Amino acid sequence: MDDASVRRRLRAFITAELIRDPAYPLADDEGIISGGLMDSFALAELAVFIEGEFDVYIPDAELTVARMDTLDQIVARVQQG
Amino acid sequence: MLSPARRTRFATLLDALTLHEADERLAIAYVASDRDPVHVTRRQFRQEVLAHAAGLQRLGLGRGDLVLVAHTQNLESIYAFWGALLAGAIPAMFPTLTEKLDPVVYMAGMAELVRLSQVSAVLTTSDFAPTLARQLDCPVLDSEALARAVDGAGPVVAFEAPAPDPDSVAFLQHSSGTTGLQKGVALSHRAVLNQIAAYGQAIALQADDVIVSWLPLYHDMGLIAGFLMPLVQGVPLVLMSPFDWVSRPALLLQAIHHYGGTLCWLPNFAYNHCARRIRPRDSQGLSAASMRLFVNCSEPVYAESHRLFLERFAAHGVRPEMLAVSYAMAENVFAVTQTPPGRPPVHDIVDRRTLEESRQARAVPPAHPRASVQVSCGLPIAGTAVRVLTDDGRSLPDRHVGELAIRSDYMLSGYYRRPDLNPFDNGWYRTGDMGYLAEGEVYIVGRAKDLIINAGKNIYPQDIEAIVNQVPGVYPGRAVAFGVPDAREGTELIAVVAEVRDPATLADGRARAALVRAVRQAVAAQSTVSAAYVEPVGRGWLLKTSSGKIARAANRQKWLNGRS
Repeated sequence: MDDASVRRRLRAFITAELIRDPAYPLADDEGIISGGLMDSFALAELAVFIEGEFDVYIPDAELTVARMDTLDQIVARVQQG
Repeated sequence: MLSPARRTRFATLLDALTLHEADERLAIAYVASDRDPVHVTRRQFRQEVLAHAAGLQRLGLGRGDLVLVAHTQNLESIYAFWGALLAGAIPAMFPTLTEKLDPVVYMAGMAELVRLSQVSAVLTTSDFAPTLARQLDCPVLDSEALARAVDGAGPVVAFEAPAPDPDSVAFLQHSSGTTGLQKGVALSHRAVLNQIAAYGQAIALQADDVIVSWLPLYHDMGLIAGFLMPLVQGVPLVLMSPFDWVSRPALLLQAIHHYGGTLCWLPNFAYNHCARRIRPRDSQGLSAASMRLFVNCSEPVYAESHRLFLERFAAHGVRPEMLAVSYAMAENVFAVTQTPPGRPPVHDIVDRRTLEESRQARAVPPAHPRASVQVSCGLPIAGTAVRVLTDDGRSLPDRHVGELAIRSDYMLSGYYRRPDLNPFDNGWYRTGDMGYLAEGEVYIVGRAKDLIINAGKNIYPQDIEAIVNQVPGVYPGRAVAFGVPDAREGTELIAVVAEVRDPATLADGRARAALVRAVRQAVAAQSTVSAAYVEPVGRGWLLKTSSGKIARAANRQKWLNGRS
């Protein structure tokens, strides 16, 4: 899947389900957890979504704020497979 | 083991079986997602506690000194807590600074607490100690300083200290709320042992039980059920960090499987979190069939959360009778009630309208159009009496909703160094929780005040509002925070509605988003929670009471109506 559609699907999920504000203009490099937009529960939620949507399993060790805080980081990780 | 019948064999917490029958049995298994588990035998536990007591004594800490243990959850903090108890000091577990919290806010709160409670020392991580030391008027000891003192004390085979008075304060448990103004709930050795004896009986605790916990140790549920009770009773404790668990919830199921866990305490949101966010491949081959009880405690119980949990984990051996409920509070050491082991909690089906309008829990058939399921919290445990009171303090009959008041032989001694606060009203403690009694079982239906319970944490809306009022662009004094029950998360989420200074902010998408972001960031950095909903509104949107105060309940209803 190309970057743009992965990004679009992730952005839609994060704004609607995790930030609960679908109109929120989430920037690509915005800290989603460090910026207080959502709390750390969301990492586990994101892992479930990514597996269901893209069939990519992210190992526990990579589910950290440092690695999964921005849309850019999350897209790159999904593309890595 | 400690039971009501054998209560006299235990004078203080230092009679803990893990210290006294210090053999090669497992005391604590500390598990983590990124490294091998650490296993501590009772003998090792005792040695560490003796060494830490001696180390703390070398640091000049002893009888009556208040020692805050502000650590990430780890074995060091556990040894320090018990070492402090043995040295006669008064330990208190405290949260450490997290990556999301603003250090300035945390430090200011801690400094206030140190001043008001006359703290003798703070034990904390090496990363954090230098900054904290500059802010506080008391010694701040990092891990290295503590380790040096412990090593300096040499091998310790016995620790000579006069036995504490059973009625002296053993430790403090801090309430939630604005940090500096947090009340230290002072608990005596006698009270804690009475509670552990009564609660052990209520859950039929046995020597072959295994307790598994991810709960933080500064919270009553984690501190008592997930820490002190197993060590006093000589029941193995399998512990993990709350931060580790929240990102990797399968860790709990893995621990239950590997150690044959039998007891686990969870706030309601955790049932949803586990059911929805443990990935199938992470739970593959894991069994929870060894479990006796998952005890739902510390926030309102949703029948739906239990259902979700059962549905998700039935194939892993979870059965309906494992789902238990307890109602607890630090002022009673821990449990007030417990559902009896071996049967699921009673579901009381009542008329929603009479519950809301005339505060009566009228039983109706399940098919009734206004049927509302109330999950029982169980029966008062031995030694606790529960009454339901009117606003002016009169007792109400069964099925009438009022404020719950409790009395027990294990209540708090008082709020530490706060003689101005009397927790008791004629010997009864008024809980602030609204509920009713039916057939001896206790049901909680709400709060007397506007307290929000988010993921097991008590949050005062005024604390959130004070943060929001400082955000540039918000009209100061014109913000309201309230809880919104969320079935998906199984807890109350926090909503903030704030009037804006400049009405143009609402029309301009970018300005509005910037304000929303600023509010969310401020709440995240200055409190322990996140704002799930932030709604900027125009001047005059918020409803006020006749006395000019912002009416939280009315504004909450207005906001909810606007969304539906």
